[in-house]
Amino acid sequence: MSERHLYALQRMTALVMAPLVLVHLILIVYAVQGGLTAAEILERTQGSAGWALFYGLFVLSAAIHAPIGLRNVMREWTPLKGRPLDLTMLAFALLLIVLGLRAVVAVVGGGG
Amino acid sequence: MEAGLLDVRIWRGGDEGAFASYRVPARENQTVLDVVTEVQRCFEPSLAYRFSCRVGVCGSCAMTVNGAPRWTCRTHVKRVADDGALTIEPLRHLPLVKDLVSDVETFFDKWTQVGVFEGTATRAEPPAAVAPTSRERAAADAAIQCINCAVCYAACDVVGWDHDYLGPAALNRAWTLVNDVRVADRHGALERAMGEGGCHSCHSHGACMEHCPVGLSPTASIAGLKRTAFWSLLKGRAA
Ligand code: SF4
Ligand code: SF4
Ligand code: FES
Repeated sequence: MSERHLYALQRMTALVMAPLVLVHLILIVYAVQGGLTAAEILERTQGSAGWALFYGLFVLSAAIHAPIGLRNVMREWTPLKGRPLDLTMLAFALLLIVLGLRAVVAVVGGGG
Repeated sequence: MEAGLLDVRIWRGGDEGAFASYRVPARENQTVLDVVTEVQRCFEPSLAYRFSCRVGVCGSCAMTVNGAPRWTCRTHVKRVADDGALTIEPLRHLPLVKDLVSDVETFFDKWTQVGVFEGTATRAEPPAAVAPTSRERAAADAAIQCINCAVCYAACDVVGWDHDYLGPAALNRAWTLVNDVRVADRHGALERAMGEGGCHSCHSHGACMEHCPVGLSPTASIAGLKRTAFWSLLKGRAA
């Protein structure tokens, strides 16, 4: 994938995440202010296709966005270049997807 | 500072060199290049430095003056001296030859790497009619007056971190090629400018623009390259 593709992907995922981050933050404040317990939160999220979609999209966007930024930082601050650099970026992206989707499953999966 | 004298520190030797100090008479309308020349003529005949036109055209006299890259022939001592003190070093981000002379080969290599002018027409044909007000010509004109002084290259942190980065001057040049309708392979120029170490490595933090002695904005040119690359991708153009 070329520098141009990575740049475009990073910008477009930023565009996707901007509203998601806002909703996510509002949600946190709402849950904390409302004094919702973990059980009450899970009750609302489990089995919800909407929240699954919301956080699934969030995780995928973040898993694309962050590794591209990390790749740029690594190219400037470490001797990594070329293939090893791209593989490190890919490994980080996979890690984010696995960890992120696991969390999504834990929140929306089960119950129902 | 002693009245009427400048405290001048100049880098001597190669990478393992050291500063040497000189007392140089302060004069009216004195440029930093005048000071270096006076040191060489009066105190240090073996001092190596580079200059040619002395009027801000050739781009050969750039050095680091009190921490910032500058064209020394057009930099007045009064404007940059810190209470009569001047520290003069070679340009950053380029291999040092000796004293104040850096090796500018990589700088010019990168410049040609983005492409040299190859036109669509031959000398036998009439000159191309290019409307000066066209959007593309205006963009090229805004970036064209580069004197190749490498001041921006020395000012750019990304060049220091990533030695493969083409740097502000070469990318600024690429932007003029991309916008010049007389250039045969404008698409190739864009392609080379957006490869690895190309425009997408720029942080847009503007140090190049801040220091460019002729007031160009490589930052804006590079932003233009990124924009063009982005839209050509969305429009589905291959490279
Ligand atoms: S704007 Fe880009 S080219 Fe200019 S100094 Fe900053 S990183 Fe370097
Ligand atoms: S863009 Fe400005 S600072 Fe950079 S080489 Fe050209 S004239 Fe010098
Ligand atoms: S000597 Fe030519 S630009 Fe300074």
